Amino acid sequence: MGVPRLPHLLGIEGLAPEAISGLLDLSESYIDQNRSIDKRRDLLAGRTVINLFFENSTRTRTSFEVAAKRLGADVINMDVATSSVRKGETLLDTAMTLNAMRPDSIVVRHSESGAVNLLSQKVNCAVINAGDGQHEHPTQALLDALTIRRRRGSLQGLLVAICGDIMHSRVARSNIHLLQIMGARVRVVGPPTLMPTDIEKMGVEVHYSMKTGLKDVDIVMMLRLQTERMQGLFVPSISEYFHFFGLDHEKLKFAKPDALIMHPGPMNRGVEIDSEVADDLDRSVIHEQVEMGVAVRMACLEALIGGRRNALAGAAA
Amino acid sequence: MRGNVDKSAPQHSGSTAYINARIIDPTGDSEYRGAVLISDGKIADYGPNLFASGAPYGIQSVDCRGLYLAPGLVDTRVLASAGAAAAVGGITSLVLLPDNEPPFDDASLIEFVARRARQVKLANMYAYGALTVGLEGKELAEIGLLAEAGAVAFTDADHAVGNAQVMRRALYYAKAFDALIVHLPQEPTLSTGNMTSGETATRLGLSGNPPLAEVMMVERDIRLAEMTGGRLHLAKISTAEAVAAIAAAKARGLKITCDTAAPYFALNDLAVGDYRTFGKLVPPLRAEKDRMAVVEGLKNGTIDAIVSDHRPQDQDSKRVPFAQAEPGGIGLETLLPISLELVHNGHLTLPRLFQLLSSTPARLFGLPGGKLAKGAPADLVVFDADYAWKVDRDVLCSKTKNTPFDERPVQGRVMATIVGGRTIYRDDSFTTTAQAA
Repeated sequence: MGVPRLPHLLGIEGLAPEAISGLLDLSESYIDQNRSIDKRRDLLAGRTVINLFFENSTRTRTSFEVAAKRLGADVINMDVATSSVRKGETLLDTAMTLNAMRPDSIVVRHSESGAVNLLSQKVNCAVINAGDGQHEHPTQALLDALTIRRRRGSLQGLLVAICGDIMHSRVARSNIHLLQIMGARVRVVGPPTLMPTDIEKMGVEVHYSMKTGLKDVDIVMMLRLQTERMQGLFVPSISEYFHFFGLDHEKLKFAKPDALIMHPGPMNRGVEIDSEVADDLDRSVIHEQVEMGVAVRMACLEALIGGRRNALAGAAA
Repeated sequence: MRGNVDKSAPQHSGSTAYINARIIDPTGDSEYRGAVLISDGKIADYGPNLFASGAPYGIQSVDCRGLYLAPGLVDTRVLASAGAAAAVGGITSLVLLPDNEPPFDDASLIEFVARRARQVKLANMYAYGALTVGLEGKELAEIGLLAEAGAVAFTDADHAVGNAQVMRRALYYAKAFDALIVHLPQEPTLSTGNMTSGETATRLGLSGNPPLAEVMMVERDIRLAEMTGGRLHLAKISTAEAVAAIAAAKARGLKITCDTAAPYFALNDLAVGDYRTFGKLVPPLRAEKDRMAVVEGLKNGTIDAIVSDHRPQDQDSKRVPFAQAEPGGIGLETLLPISLELVHNGHLTLPRLFQLLSSTPARLFGLPGGKLAKGAPADLVVFDADYAWKVDRDVLCSKTKNTPFDERPVQGRVMATIVGGRTIYRDDSFTTTAQAA
């Protein structure tokens, strides 16, 4: 099993299938460790990881923090207020200030697409994208893949429906890339107003109805309806949205009988997903996704900064 | 820059002959080897047979050694007075956009621009007047008074006038002064995104402006111009559908004109690449099929002029996440070499290119330069069409570095820029000093 060596993890787009498999294999090895009483190793002892979150996220930040601590790294959490209008200025200033403190990795979440790429050009430590705007959220796609792979053995040939607010979703984009790289087929399902232009050119099938969209799928991935991102009227009302696009047992019948239900969280119960479905222990793997998230983030940290020396140390200014 | 910008060149007097040049005459649609004679800052004579056997005794002569000599460029879309960069770019007349701070919606500001140009002593500088107060698209600016103060045309710069009633009244009212209205046709409610809609925007997770936002406004404006009889010039055409709509309007006999800016025939939305904010422009860079349609529009005469759309942005405005970056690129120094690609690629002849860059914009805006004619101002550019170099933002002389053409290999270099007979820029390799024969 080779540990992939990457300078940064900014997105799934462009990763080789071997790199993804390598990260997933490495993640597997951490699942047992995380389930044992003694959860801590010292693989990253002495390394410093900074969680730099320009956008609030308790779950993802906690997951990265747990992952880094279980590998023995020192973790600093920075929650940067996003209220200032010129947040771009603080982005590079903050990045370069933190970089001068010589962290080994910075985990970044930002509300603007491309902000993490920009930041990665100005620092000489490993940067992990914990979600940038509507662009990518690579560790989410990796943890989704790990969850599916453990349940189904492989991603190859599976039919996956990603449902809901595709337009505003970085999770959708990262998953579209990853699933197709690994040989799965992807459908996107949702109202036309929540479909980005030319999404079919990314190789996916587009459906505007759950009935056709979920037909015979192996996996149903629901997305959060990101009401906070809406600039105008994308859907007339929450109740209409739930009626046509919310996942309940009726709509789930269109999928394969053993189809898995996934959701990146946090869920809006009664908006994109019915509680009965979300809590159906036979079908829903939502809590397993959270568990896999820690293992995947441990693997990413090991791949980026677990070597004897920082992959980017030579470039240090 | 490997040359010298000379603000202190003395006023031209006496006679100077530019001999042994390949002359481009855009209004005569011809190109030939010959000479141009300048007397007291004006073109006195020109032609293939002039001084065929050398300049006569007693007048200064400049040997162009087979380089091209053409009317200087007339750039009708420039933000901020960038005299030195214009000189290096071979631009002899430029029209300043009104979205200054404060905007040019008051006659005194137009007079200020003229006064400033006289001080700087480089390219001829003209100014647009604002079309509406504060460029807000609500109330008409004082078009008559601004015209009297010297405004050569009226525009709200990169702000489209969304209200059709305001645009209708502007076109009607401007008729009283035979004023040219220049409008950027982008439906504002569809143009709030950060790049053109499409696969690249979707991949990058950036909000998109549909190309349709342009043709919708073009069609509205065509109808309003037809109804009012006002003089309308559409700016920075960037999409295939808009080119087609304008071609159809012209075929119907409407006197509508339009321009495009160099990025729209030289780049497409892939230039945004990995969130390159230097590629963030208004309108946004479009798809390859749109770029090709713009080239076709330049070839078949649908598009009348090429502008640089020079818009400096400092580092702080561009080194931020894409959505927060200010739009706009610099373009004065790259206007000629980027436009020459159209000639090198076989799309245009040199005389046709100089119609687009010089004579037509000068005619539309009522400016004296931009042509070879006896008595016209001696505003000329000497250039080497084949000189190969690579655009390097750190070598350009503009104060800001935001060129969308950074690292592009280009061909063509200005050797001398002459305004009113004064040589305001000379490349180091063009050392022929004017000497008495």
